[in-house]
Amino acid sequence: MPTVAKGDAMRGLAVFISDIRNCKSKEAEQKRINKELANIRSKFKGDKTLDGYSKKKYVCKLLFIFLLGHDIDFGHMEAVNLLSSNKYTEKQIGYLFISVLVNTESELIRLIIQAIKNDLFTRNPVHICLALQCIANIGSKEMAEALAPEIPKLIVSGETLDAVKQSACLCLLRLFRTSPETVPSGEWTQRVGHLLNDQHLGVVTSATSLIHTLAQKTPEDFRQCVQLAISRLSRIVTSSYTDLQDYTYYFVPAPWLSVKLLRLLQVYPPPEDPAMRGRLNECLETILNKAQEPPKSKKVQHSNAKNAVLFEAINLIIHHDTEPTLLVRACNQLGQFLQHRETNLRYLALESMCLLASSEFSHEAVKKHMDTVITALKTERDVSVRQRAVDLLYGMCDKSNAEEIVAEMLSYLETADYSIREEMVLKVAILAEKYPVDYTWYVDTILNLIRIAGDYVSDEVWYRVIQIVINRDDVQGYAAKVVFEALQAPACHENMVKVGGYILGEFGNLIAGDQRSSPMVQFQLLHSKYHLCSAPTRGLLLSTYIKFINLFPEIKGQLQDVLRNNNNLQNADAELQQRAIEYLQLSTVASQDVLATVLEEMPPFPERESSILAKLKKKKPNVSDIEVKEGKKSSNPPTLNNSAANTPEATPASAPVPVMAAAPAPAPVQSASDDLLGLSAGPAAAVPVTNNFAAPAAPAGGGGLLVDVFDTPPAQNNVSTALAPQAEDNFFKFAIKNNGVLFENELLQIGVKAEYKGNLGRLGLFYGNKTSYPFQFFTPTVSCPGELASALNVQTKPLDVNTVEGGAQVQQIINVECIADFLDAPILSIKFSYSGSMQQINLMLPVMLNKFFEPVEMDATTFFNRWKQLNSPGQEEQKIFKATYPINQDNSRTKLLGFGFGLLDGVDPNPDNFVGAGIIKAQSSQVGCLLRLEPNMQAQMYRLTLRTSSNSVTTRLADLLLKLF
Amino acid sequence: MIKAIVVFNNHGKPRLIKFFQHYNEDMQQQIVRETFHLVSKRDENVCNFLEGGRWASGKNSDPENLIGGSDYKIIYRHYATLYFVFCVDSSESELGILDLIQVFVETLDKAFENVCELDLIFHVDKVHYILQELVMGGMVLETNMTEIVTRIEEQSKLEKSEAGLAGAPARVVSAAKNLDLPKLPSNIQLPNLPSFR
Repeated sequence: MPTVAKGDAMRGLAVFISDIRNCKSKEAEQKRINKELANIRSKFKGDKTLDGYSKKKYVCKLLFIFLLGHDIDFGHMEAVNLLSSNKYTEKQIGYLFISVLVNTESELIRLIIQAIKNDLFTRNPVHICLALQCIANIGSKEMAEALAPEIPKLIVSGETLDAVKQSACLCLLRLFRTSPETVPSGEWTQRVGHLLNDQHLGVVTSATSLIHTLAQKTPEDFRQCVQLAISRLSRIVTSSYTDLQDYTYYFVPAPWLSVKLLRLLQVYPPPEDPAMRGRLNECLETILNKAQEPPKSKKVQHSNAKNAVLFEAINLIIHHDTEPTLLVRACNQLGQFLQHRETNLRYLALESMCLLASSEFSHEAVKKHMDTVITALKTERDVSVRQRAVDLLYGMCDKSNAEEIVAEMLSYLETADYSIREEMVLKVAILAEKYPVDYTWYVDTILNLIRIAGDYVSDEVWYRVIQIVINRDDVQGYAAKVVFEALQAPACHENMVKVGGYILGEFGNLIAGDQRSSPMVQFQLLHSKYHLCSAPTRGLLLSTYIKFINLFPEIKGQLQDVLRNNNNLQNADAELQQRAIEYLQLSTVASQDVLATVLEEMPPFPERESSILAKLKKKKPNVSDIEVKEGKKSSNPPTLNNSAANTPEATPASAPVPVMAAAPAPAPVQSASDDLLGLSAGPAAAVPVTNNFAAPAAPAGGGGLLVDVFDTPPAQNNVSTALAPQAEDNFFKFAIKNNGVLFENELLQIGVKAEYKGNLGRLGLFYGNKTSYPFQFFTPTVSCPGELASALNVQTKPLDVNTVEGGAQVQQIINVECIADFLDAPILSIKFSYSGSMQQINLMLPVMLNKFFEPVEMDATTFFNRWKQLNSPGQEEQKIFKATYPINQDNSRTKLLGFGFGLLDGVDPNPDNFVGAGIIKAQSSQVGCLLRLEPNMQAQMYRLTLRTSSNSVTTRLADLLLKLF
Repeated sequence: MIKAIVVFNNHGKPRLIKFFQHYNEDMQQQIVRETFHLVSKRDENVCNFLEGGRWASGKNSDPENLIGGSDYKIIYRHYATLYFVFCVDSSESELGILDLIQVFVETLDKAFENVCELDLIFHVDKVHYILQELVMGGMVLETNMTEIVTRIEEQSKLEKSEAGLAGAPARVVSAAKNLDLPKLPSNIQLPNLPSFR
């Protein structure tokens, strides 16, 4: 017997719907709807109270109108009123209207919450269920705040019916998702765990969903659930399908619950208890075995349900990643699915196999299926599946199969769906870079990529090929040759022109010997594309031309003609115009020698994470998983980066010189120079140049505060405890000098004279009264806050007098001894009474670590030997920062010498760079320090590298040095 | 988690819209339209999954604006004139959802006896009630068809008993309106009465 007797339907509703369906036009439909809306509105507004049946009918009509896509802006109040009806049907339709139509910001929400509360507290389970459903469907923040505390009671109470428990679990889950803070864990969390043992499988399913989400947040609270989940799962998979009766779905026992339990287990690592682990592995094996059994039904539902469990089991096996046998079995099973006639299974198998590919144990097993996957890529009719095949090929690629996979992907790219081309291009570019057969292959691959899918080749990709060509001498000639050939194609992509222009500008001379690619031919070839290109590319080509003027003086005339051309000299594009003018001028004014220096070949690029990879990660966050696992493998194949990446740390002298040839090297496109050519703007530059002294200064001030609590007479009023305003600026000036004015305001001037030897120092402080009235109770005190007390020994000689007469100066001597390295400075706090009011000035005493620094002279070999020895983590500190002061060779030299370094000339091949050495002399230890400072004039940046034998000294010196440049 | 459940027919006319995350009406309709657009052009024997990132990554539409971006999948099934579309996040098993759609349809079939599109049109409320027994707040509530059908039957009983009491007056009125009274003969020949005297 049908559950819903069709005759029961509301006649008015049926008539209305039929009317709408009979409407011949959109307008007629709109008219009919408007008429009905007016009718309902008048009914709702009318004085006659409507009976439940009519209310229900009208609400149903409104729902239907809403479904057709019309805004419903009334009826909400009527619906809320229905909630307080005693009749189930009226309540039910009220709740339905609200959960479909009321949004979370509605002002009615308070009324609704009240109605829900009333229903929750009734003893009528049917009403409670309706209320719970409504909460779960709306799940707003207000609801969570008002109602969340009530729900756990329903879940754990012994009196609650199963159906209510089930709803309550999901309701709580929803509220937890909306605002976790409203669902505090408590005694109930333990008891929720035990619902996994409940008799009613519906309750267990809901509870598992709830626990899964809660456990993701606080795994510790639900650790006991692992055991419960395993034993429940074991009972399900070993049961025959008749045991679970109604929860058997097409001969599969409780598939949904099994899936949920397997998901829950994926929150945790494999169980440590061997018995539990054994039991779980048994379950997983049983599930894998069942997949091999002949199906109990031909229906697709049977295989779907069975495979839903199987795939989840495989996901758990992959998640644990500890059982090689299971992993290989899983892989074989997925291999079977790859050729299954069900498209869904092929899709899912490709997806899961992609995860397997990243596991050490199964990577090789996955590779066996490469041919099948390639076939899938070629023959699948469904783009979703082809996409998965691309992902899997990417995942399974390593050194051994890169050539084949890249070739297949390239050939697929020619016909690939537009929607996935860009991602494929990135993937091909990454694979080619990561597993290069050799560099010529790499260059070929990328050029092919541009040829086949030029529109989808993002800037990152072509930047990268240039970076690599520049950094590898052995491939430059080849690259020049192939770009030259590629440019000969009648129609070539603009990206090809960019790469070609750049590479020929740098290395065109390497192929100029051949008559077929003589300088003139190269130039004419490039220039034939010039007019077809966009402004940024033209800019790049102009840079190529000026580089040509240097490389090939014999065609200077023709090149200058182009620069002189009015199209360029008077171009509306300011960038092009400027380039044309400047380049023309440069080529006229400068001698060949100057040109050769200015237009020197690009220096190698510093190595860093491939920008392509970063782009792909941004596009598809899940890719990073593969990469992370890749990194974990010890057998990580060498990449293009590695070859050069090791050098900068090992020998600073041979490191790629990060300062650009001070010339408009072909860095034309501004965005390009940001990412690729402006070396200084590399990731390291993102290290913010923070005021490292700001933090220590604050506690220091606090220390001062403590001091004056003890020292000062209670009568003081306008006493400041913070550091004096200019204190910090002046303080840092003392890093490179010993004598000077530390502080000055309208009342007081403080001068310092200091001398240091070894770990000892002596400071003379001169307090000058600038007024004509005396300072009374003049008391300077020096304190060492915190750790400083044990690192620095400070002895202050008290003043002979406690009054400083107007216009007079008094002197105070302070002796310091460095025990160990330190960061904070001692605090000098001066108190005095001036014309009846208390004054206080807090200053940092200019004693910093580098004061105990002695310069060291050494030759290049010794320097490099020591540099290499200091290579453990923490011993090196590198900072790339923006210059605060204009970069000036002489000033920098003075600053470094003043800082205490011995400067070693002729160690660094680049005369602009500084290399220095020194020893910190503390009583407890002596710390050798090596420094390298590389200014980059163009970007107004510095790169500072410090190596010392003590981690803390390294950081502290680096912080100090940062302030000076 | 299930973010949305949409049922529409072969022409894209929505027959059921249920969102478990708030979107305004326009957005809901737009999602239905775009989903229809994507799903309807697919062949019958391709797979039943579509990825969020992909199906919205056309040049002009922002992947973010359609139910949350690349973590989402569309899982759908096509029955005769209707598409049943579930939009879910990655925490759901694809095949599990496919089975859930089947349970939903089978339950509808039991409740309406050979369910067809018209049943969904004329009994929107019932369809919602049945769905509420299966899915709650975006999570699977009950999958046991017998249990679901029992609960629906209980609801119907309640409804009937209430209709029996309070619905009575309304029913009487509508019954009276529709009452097909046997037609009265239009021209009644009155017997000639003896004339009064």
